[in-house]
Amino acid sequence: MTPLDSQPLVQVKNLTKHFPVLRGLVLQRQVGLVRAVDGISFDIQRGETLGLVGESGCGKTTAGRTLLGLYPPTSGEVLIDGQDMRHTRGPELMALRRKAQIIFQDPYASLNPRWTVNSIIAEPLRVHRLLPTEKERVERVKELLRLVGLSPTHLNRFPHEFSGGQRQRIGVARALASNPLFIVCDEPISALDVSIQAQVVNLLEELQDQFELTYLFIAHDLSMVRHICDRVAVMYLGLIVELAERNELYENPLHPYTAALLSAVPIPDPKQERARQRILLKGEIPSPLNPPSGCRFHPRCPLAKAHCAETTPAWREISPGHWVACHEVA
Amino acid sequence: MTNLLLEVRDLKTRFHTPEGTVYAVNGISFNLPQGSALAVVGESGCGKSVTMMSILRLIPIPPGQIVSGEALYVGQDLLKLSENEMEANIRGKAIAMIFQDPMTSLNPVLTIGRQLTEPLRIHLGLDHNQAQRRAIQLLEMVGISGGANRLESYPHQFSGGMRQRVMIAMALAANPSLLIADEPTTALDVTIQAQIIELVERLRREIGLTIIWITHDLGVVAGMAERVIVMYAGYIVEEADVDALYEMPCHPYTQALLAALPRADRRRDRRLKSIPGAPPNLLVEPKGCPFAPRCEHVRERCRLENPTLTTVSSSAALRGLSGDHRVACWVDLATGAMR
Amino acid sequence: MTETSPAPVSNIAALPLDQLDAPPLTLGRLAWLRFRRHKMALAGMALLGLLILYCVGGGFVFSEKYANYNDTSLALQPPSAAHWFGTDTIGRDILARTIYGGQISLLIGLTAVILEVSAGIVVGALAGYFGGWVDNLLMRFTEAILIIPQIFLLLVMAKFFAGDIPDINFLGREFSGSVIVIVVIIGLTSWPYLARIVRAEFLSLKESEFILAARATGTSTPEIIFLHILPNCIAPIVVSATLGVANAITLEAYISFLGLGVRPPTATWGNMLEGAYNYIESAYWMWLFPGLLILFIVLAINFVGDGLRDALDPRSRAV
Ligand SMILES: Nc1ncnc2c1ncn2[C@@H]1O[C@H](COP(=O)(O)OP(=O)(O)OP(=O)(O)O)[C@@H](O)[C@H]1O
Ligand SMILES: Nc1ncnc2c1ncn2[C@@H]1O[C@H](COP(=O)(O)OP(=O)(O)OP(=O)(O)O)[C@@H](O)[C@H]1O
Ligand SMILES: [Mg+2]
Ligand SMILES: [Mg+2]
Repeated sequence: MTPLDSQPLVQVKNLTKHFPVLRGLVLQRQVGLVRAVDGISFDIQRGETLGLVGESGCGKTTAGRTLLGLYPPTSGEVLIDGQDMRHTRGPELMALRRKAQIIFQDPYASLNPRWTVNSIIAEPLRVHRLLPTEKERVERVKELLRLVGLSPTHLNRFPHEFSGGQRQRIGVARALASNPLFIVCDEPISALDVSIQAQVVNLLEELQDQFELTYLFIAHDLSMVRHICDRVAVMYLGLIVELAERNELYENPLHPYTAALLSAVPIPDPKQERARQRILLKGEIPSPLNPPSGCRFHPRCPLAKAHCAETTPAWREISPGHWVACHEVA
Repeated sequence: MTNLLLEVRDLKTRFHTPEGTVYAVNGISFNLPQGSALAVVGESGCGKSVTMMSILRLIPIPPGQIVSGEALYVGQDLLKLSENEMEANIRGKAIAMIFQDPMTSLNPVLTIGRQLTEPLRIHLGLDHNQAQRRAIQLLEMVGISGGANRLESYPHQFSGGMRQRVMIAMALAANPSLLIADEPTTALDVTIQAQIIELVERLRREIGLTIIWITHDLGVVAGMAERVIVMYAGYIVEEADVDALYEMPCHPYTQALLAALPRADRRRDRRLKSIPGAPPNLLVEPKGCPFAPRCEHVRERCRLENPTLTTVSSSAALRGLSGDHRVACWVDLATGAMR
Repeated sequence: MTETSPAPVSNIAALPLDQLDAPPLTLGRLAWLRFRRHKMALAGMALLGLLILYCVGGGFVFSEKYANYNDTSLALQPPSAAHWFGTDTIGRDILARTIYGGQISLLIGLTAVILEVSAGIVVGALAGYFGGWVDNLLMRFTEAILIIPQIFLLLVMAKFFAGDIPDINFLGREFSGSVIVIVVIIGLTSWPYLARIVRAEFLSLKESEFILAARATGTSTPEIIFLHILPNCIAPIVVSATLGVANAITLEAYISFLGLGVRPPTATWGNMLEGAYNYIESAYWMWLFPGLLILFIVLAINFVGDGLRDALDPRSRAV
């Protein structure tokens, strides 16, 4: 079992996750299907940060959680370090779980309010029996606290005593405890103040440098995504519509949705803001319960032609590393 | 000088809570000329909402208390008006306010039409048909077409952006001259946020609405404000025209905030600059500069005495930027000298 | 398999450490800070303390023999210096009997609630956590029990089991076996409400992010249920347990009053009321004192329960 280092750490192939919509009390019947993630494929190289952006409800969280096996996938395959969670059992599954961790958006909901900081951070150590004695575990927790910039004397405090940014760093410490290779960061900074966001982002970057971590960075703040990610995938209604290296994507967006999204990002520069032409999209993101036919973006697309409503655009590599799904891109 | 619509002087608001007194707003003064767009920026809990709610006298008393100050709306002090006068002439009439969360501000069991027409009938005395017509007109004004059909819809049938536009339509019902928007786009996606900003810009051009826009997003501010107030811990720390503020921020906090922002329009060139420490604790009576514990330029004097808001040397004016640029800091960051 | 103790050491020394200014605030202390803001809850707690002192401490002043000692020549005496609360139809001292009756009432309340809480937690937790058909099955069963009026169930079961359960010895006292019957049937008919509350809590908590984090880590299901979710349901459980004690005391009084509950000579506040039934107008003291005690304890417990509801709310971050 020696995975080649050239092999991507995370491989996602045609992953779908559908949630049935059920009605009825005793005998439930299915009245619909939320196509939250509807066939996405991508790789994440070791040590790389892949950004996943898109509007609310497009399936970013679902994708991240399905990747970690928190939701069983409807179809498709996720390989982490060459292994699929669905085909591993017992100790092998535990070893796989140790390698992949998650950081959540809400620093209030993601820490058990009845546990001390010590128990929270030590949980992965305890569950994976990484350190045999309580004393060693406490030492390791102290070290992790120091690592994320919190004082080790706060070991026995409860989450409610910390500010949002500090809680988020406790979440980071917990994710790091088991020495994972891969961390899904699900909007880790959206709930934080601007002055605190930079603290957490810099911490994530430093940790990545130091421990060669691989991140899937889910966000809707496109400025931050450009800053922190190596490559960026844009999601729309359960599908990835464009994927490219970050500067390529931001400077040369091919998909009309990416272009619209980027044109709407506010830029902290009044002169530029005044000069800018926004591409205003018509209407709202449709429901994933019955997504539009053909290209899912066509009802809002400024470039839409008749065939866009009929055929699903292919996922094509336009230039090396720049993938897009659109009929109208040459 | 242009016509002043609103003039706030030395506003102080506190909350007396079981844990102690919250010093939420500590002496805020600003002028708002007719037809202008003012942005108030600052982090969570710095007192942006409380300032505006104090002006409209919407804070709960107790625990709240407006300790001092005046808020002159075309010359009359809102803080001295009777509750009846506020209700009859100011709130929702002359000054309208919209709030952050479009989900909770609308009643989910009443139709949009009912919620739009009821205030029109009660406050403006319109009959059913007039109210109906006005409601349709208001919806069109905020870019929701479809007229009468839309009035039959329930809030859940509208998306977040549409609900926020309905809130704006409701705020516009009585032809207010001032619209206070308290983080109206924070819960929305960027594409929807762009629609709302565009809408508010248009209203300002077309009906001459004066706007106060509260936000914590320095990007949004750059796009829609003329003048900007930066708040920290219940104080104004810097106030300037939007170009001057971004071109030469004078307060260490403003500078740090701008340096902490990544840019979508530039290649990454450095790590973000983070502001160390945690947001201020408003439970202690402020002494010295509130930003001193987190400031990298801190001096002895900063910890002892709180600097007042003073006009900085009008280099901004020299460079063709108008409006005075005021900052509350002992240190002149350009030279490193004390003011 | 691979390494066990990898523990990389940080070289990010530059990071300044955040210190908290405030002194540590444990959850218990936080709850107490919130609890003491409720004046009624504090009053309720004081009253409850006094009543418990009355029932327990009183036991050292009067013996149980004295409480059951009858002297018909002293029957139906109004309150006097010798018998503060008067005497009953066969001349027993009412003060002493309310003390021993109170002990029984408290005992019934507490043990019935232990049963109620155990059953409620097990059913609620299983239904809420596993969902699907487990939930369906358990909830239909719970509803079935809820549909039958509790009083009716109680009366039927009390009558049915009233048979010959021998007396028992517990905490140095003799109890009529009917006490156990009452405890068990109150416990077994009260749990459905709690089960529904626990189920609802589990349903919402199992989707919360800290549970997802635990699952992503690989924490086992029993640990998630008992170490993660259950401690977060403690607020509604404690509140309904508190109120359950009051409920059990009233139920006991009710069935004893109908003559189906605890058998004499063991005194309870309920069967003392029964004895007073024919003397409502002629001997007020026979019902007044046990009646007041029931009223006080139920009120006190309800006030405390209200205070606890706020004090233990895990979602409230404010002091
Ligand atoms: N457990 C679930 N059951 C049913 N539908 C779900 C479930 N979780 C998510 N969905 C639906 O799947 C779609 C995608 O949701 P998801 O949370 O992944 O979006 P997102 O991109 O993370 O959005 P946001 O930016 O708001 O976090 C939504 O329409 C949502 O309603
Ligand atoms: N009703 C209240 N009782 C006690 N304290 C209050 C009350 N309302 C506001 N405060 C306090 O006043 C301070 C300022 O609050 P305010 O709502 O103005 O912040 P804000 O700048 O609007 O923040 P945000 O960006 O989160 O909306 C906060 O510390 C808050 O806790
Ligand atoms: Mg999400
Ligand atoms: Mg606010």
